[in-house]
Amino acid sequence: MKAYVPVLLLIVFVIANAVMIIGLSHLLTRRRPTPEKQTPYESGVPPLGDARERFSIKFSMVAMLFIIFDIETVFMIPWGVAYRELSCGVPLVHGGCPTGQLSFFGLSEMLVFIGILFAGYVYVWKKGALQWD
Amino acid sequence: MLLLQSALVQSALVQAALGALPAARPTWNLALPGQLLGALGPDLLLAGGAVLLLLVAVARPESDRHQRAVGWASLGLVGLTIVAVVAYASRGALATEGPIAVDTFRWAVDIVVLIGTGCTIALSMESNPLDGILTAESHVLVLFSAAGMLLLAAARDLILVFLGIELMSVAVYILSGLDRRSERSAEAALKYFLLGAFSTGFLLYGIALVYGATGSTNLATIGEHVARYSLMYNPMLVAGVALLLIGFSFKVAAVPFHMWAPDVYEGAPTPITAFMAAAVKVAAFAAFLRIWLDAFPTVAYQWHNAIWLLAVLTMLVGNVVALRQRNLKRMLAYSSIAHAGYLLVTVVVANSLGASAFLFYLVAYTLATMGAFAVVIALGEPGERNQEIADYAGLWTVEPWLAAAMAVFMMALLGFPIAGGMGFFAKWYVIDAAIHAPHPQTVLAVILVLASVISCGYYLGVVLTMFMKPRPANAPAVRPVPTGTFLVIYLSAFTLLLFGVLPNGFVQLAHDSVPISMVGAPARAPVASAASR
Repeated sequence: MKAYVPVLLLIVFVIANAVMIIGLSHLLTRRRPTPEKQTPYESGVPPLGDARERFSIKFSMVAMLFIIFDIETVFMIPWGVAYRELSCGVPLVHGGCPTGQLSFFGLSEMLVFIGILFAGYVYVWKKGALQWD
Repeated sequence: MLLLQSALVQSALVQAALGALPAARPTWNLALPGQLLGALGPDLLLAGGAVLLLLVAVARPESDRHQRAVGWASLGLVGLTIVAVVAYASRGALATEGPIAVDTFRWAVDIVVLIGTGCTIALSMESNPLDGILTAESHVLVLFSAAGMLLLAAARDLILVFLGIELMSVAVYILSGLDRRSERSAEAALKYFLLGAFSTGFLLYGIALVYGATGSTNLATIGEHVARYSLMYNPMLVAGVALLLIGFSFKVAAVPFHMWAPDVYEGAPTPITAFMAAAVKVAAFAAFLRIWLDAFPTVAYQWHNAIWLLAVLTMLVGNVVALRQRNLKRMLAYSSIAHAGYLLVTVVVANSLGASAFLFYLVAYTLATMGAFAVVIALGEPGERNQEIADYAGLWTVEPWLAAAMAVFMMALLGFPIAGGMGFFAKWYVIDAAIHAPHPQTVLAVILVLASVISCGYYLGVVLTMFMKPRPANAPAVRPVPTGTFLVIYLSAFTLLLFGVLPNGFVQLAHDSVPISMVGAPARAPVASAASR
């Protein structure tokens, strides 16, 4: 359980911090509201209309495809970090692979993954999901 | 080096498949990636073939002809996978402890799942165009789902169980909404997706807690750690097991987690309903049983009451509510809930006898369910019409063979002797396993029999309607049954009857096909002796 004490401390600190910031500004500020100040903050630009707008369903398709290719990248980073270990048949010696022990395991695993993803890409393309109109 | 090894293993496999080498039983070393891939051969064959077929499916615009071509190719792939599974099984390979199991239980479940998949593709090839579904990918999605099921049958690691469940479910979510013009199909897909995702959350959280309590996701290691460190009453493990139980109860539609099933089964295109009622349930149950037997044998006794209650509720509620149904698809949905209750009895028993009773039941149940849905498809009119039980009145007078086949399926689901074929022995076997369990489940067996008596009300009701009511004058003429549907109906009826008369070989097969962790545990085949009496 001791290993979790820092996590607990962090949680306590985060909550205390949030309470402190909001509470202090609540206690210390003087309130002089004007209509301008009451409007929602939208990067300094005067707000236009309602936030509950209807969007084209096409955005949802783009978002889904984005997630697929995003996850590809997310998956490739740990693979790249562990590549040295993955492409060696035995444990590394001083960060290097002993002579004659190189293997293609790491490379072939990623090629299979990219291959499956590529099949999905071809499918999406052929189905016309990449076409906006 | 690894590549060389895997190449050697592959070539040995090919030779084994051709029967060229009567080599000694190979033992896969699952710690080596190449050999792990080899041990996953049939699963990878199906998944890889499905990826290629996806590209074929999208190569041409939607048309009935292309849809059928992809359907035939998918059937070919399923056949090839069955051949691969049989080749692996007949070789009797063994494996070291690892993330997947290489045992007869896996091969038996694989065969049942693949038969269900083949039937589904054959049925949907012919029935989808009638509903205006021309997407060739529908067959490929069935294949992807089946690949997930094969993984579930093999998994001995909670992470792989999760992967298999997701691969299986995600494809089925899409399939249940295949009929894009039908509101009910869309409702089914959304309902199934939301509740399925919800139950997956339970499952995943359960896996996380079990891992937290035992320090492993491997089923065998979990079982070992629970026994060694006496974790039976560890609160984290108890919570994890409870969440796993809830997750699986959702997936197999056990009462009180069954509310999604009737709506989804009624709304989805009929071949997909058959697929969900048969193959999906089979695969989820196989993983459920394996987790229970491998990882929690010491915990199982403590959880015994919870599953006991689930089984009783599922049997009673499923059967009683089915009595009220007028729509045949909905009735079969409730009947499949009731059958989940019968299968839960084998999980309560949780020994090798229960596991073989489970396998025998799966075969009978899959054949009868596939056949019954095939009859619904053969008689259905476009737009999901002509599916009320009343529409089957007097079927005997116009289509005697179809009516007879439907009667066999109903009797098999009921567990009637001779006319019900294998269904009778399946139920007998489950009851026998319950009575001869280390802690005899006599009460459970009695409730099972009573629940079966209730089920007479609706199964025999269909038979009664077909044979003894007059055909209404305005009944639509029965279309000629297309080849694939014809084969599914009559082959399943024939198989059910054949093994209902000669069950011994099949019983022996089910008896030998127990999970690897159960091998050597004492068990006997009671039905074999009963049948020869």
